[in-house]
Amino acid sequence: MAVKAEFDIPVITNVPRTPALREGAMAHSRPFVAKPDHQEPLGFPGELVEDWHDRAIAKMGELLGSYRSLQVFMDACVKCGACTDKCHYYLGTADPKNMPVARQDLMRKVYRRYFTWAGKYFPWLVGAADLTEEVLEEWYAYYHQCSECRRCSVYCPYGIDTAEITMAGREILDSVGMGQKYSNEIIGKVFRIGNNLGLPEPALADTLEGLEEEVKEETDVDVRFPLDEQGADVLLVTPSADFFAEPHVDGLIGYAKIFHQAGIRWTLSSHASEAANFGLFIGSQGNMQRVALRIREAAMELGVKRIIVGECGHAWRVAYSYWNTLIGPFDFLDPDYPAPQHICEATYDLIRQGALRFNKENNDDKVVTFHDSCNVSRGSRMGSMPGGQFIIPREVIKACCNHFVDMRQETIHEGTFCCGGGGGLLTDDLLELRVKGALPRVQSLGEVIEEYGVTHMAAMCAICKSQFTKVLPYYGMGMDMVVSVHHLVGDALELGTDG
Amino acid sequence: MSIEIEGKSYETDEEGYLANLSDWSHELAEAMARMDGCDLTDNHWEVVNFLREYYEEYQIAPAVRVLTKAIGKRLGKDKGNSKYLYELFPYGPAKQACKYAGLPKPTGCV
Repeated sequence: MAVKAEFDIPVITNVPRTPALREGAMAHSRPFVAKPDHQEPLGFPGELVEDWHDRAIAKMGELLGSYRSLQVFMDACVKCGACTDKCHYYLGTADPKNMPVARQDLMRKVYRRYFTWAGKYFPWLVGAADLTEEVLEEWYAYYHQCSECRRCSVYCPYGIDTAEITMAGREILDSVGMGQKYSNEIIGKVFRIGNNLGLPEPALADTLEGLEEEVKEETDVDVRFPLDEQGADVLLVTPSADFFAEPHVDGLIGYAKIFHQAGIRWTLSSHASEAANFGLFIGSQGNMQRVALRIREAAMELGVKRIIVGECGHAWRVAYSYWNTLIGPFDFLDPDYPAPQHICEATYDLIRQGALRFNKENNDDKVVTFHDSCNVSRGSRMGSMPGGQFIIPREVIKACCNHFVDMRQETIHEGTFCCGGGGGLLTDDLLELRVKGALPRVQSLGEVIEEYGVTHMAAMCAICKSQFTKVLPYYGMGMDMVVSVHHLVGDALELGTDG
Repeated sequence: MSIEIEGKSYETDEEGYLANLSDWSHELAEAMARMDGCDLTDNHWEVVNFLREYYEEYQIAPAVRVLTKAIGKRLGKDKGNSKYLYELFPYGPAKQACKYAGLPKPTGCV
């Protein structure tokens, strides 16, 4: 039985369909606005400033000057339409403003009016428009209906990156005092307490101690979950959801078992008890750097030789694509290992070295498929081979599961669909958007359930796991279908024997 | 936003979580539950009370495994799992039970 909702739940059809347009279908979708307490610690005005118009245009000018890419994206679109049916939010909501081109045009029309010759003098000829209060509201609504997943960019012949435009939109909104509560409150908690959850050190220590007891009870092996251990070789940074929620925590148990069995001395850090970096979502370089810096500080203080990143999609993109310029260089780490390294990559290497043994039969009650996370699939990589970010997690799953199948080709790898909750949209005030935006992924999941009897979908991103756990029941699917990749690993790993 | 009980008004956030933890009372918890169509039984109260005790010590709601373990000890092993907690709190034990306990909503990727 599917969960009931106060909005229409999209119908899963036999073949995926591009919906008929429903203008304004999601015009009402608007996340809670950040309060002064959420804004000010990030360096943003507490509330909408009086001279918002001039400040917004000035900020846009600043961004156009500092990001050449944004200028190109504003100019390059030829309205070919290739992106129109690629966005999960458009496919799930039918709102034409959720076609990536139309969402971009909300900014492009203002850009033309203030920054191009034709738009300044003949706005009606070139689709240029003034920045009015209505336009600002529209930005707020629709730049929070893009999860910055960048699927549309894969199909754009000009390589226009919608995510960059959404980030610029949110940055302008923040700069005039119109931030989003969910993301900005969380970034403030990282600064204040050290992680997205607001989990203080004593609670973290207590939680980890409990996990040690739990694993001991289940396996009779002393698997440790060390915190702030000086001289460890590996610092593991992972999303704080891994400490707190299900199915995330079973992934954390899996990492601990791997380190135990491979004899790797590792530690978590209370100073950097969060891998996630919502600074990326709001397009704020300054905040992104400040969030990331804690990880460098912790690594240096603990004297580790390696940094491994747990199952978190955008954390990996920030780590892989931004860390070096944000908080590098990493010349204090062991040059024999990638810096940073993904947990799947570390596990994969250990498997290839023959350091781990698996009882694959332990997962024989499952037929598993795998959801590629956007931020891992597009804009980052893993391992030393092209496409490593697709190959490595699948190889890890196949090493510990006998039954694995992939979903439809155009919905995996670089064509993967967002879970519907990425990019700072994993909040209950956007539940309608999240349920509708999950449609394309749920559709292809439904196909492999039907055809191959798939029972579980593995994911390696905290947002994906929480999002699916929440929205699958709306489509009549069980929340317990969702598993962490390292849950599968942990369940099959032979503990306590020689590797 | 606010909720009214017996003529008194209590400030909440947009989703009905109490703005001031010190406003909490048994009556308020029951009133919040009634608004969601939920009657608080003794077993609900075990969860709510544990959340409050844990919060008092750690300034955060307990992680799901900490909670299931504690509830297993208090109500019996068969109830120490998230399936049972979802039966008690269908909107999600972390979020719904925190609300009735007067705690802030957990944030992050949860």
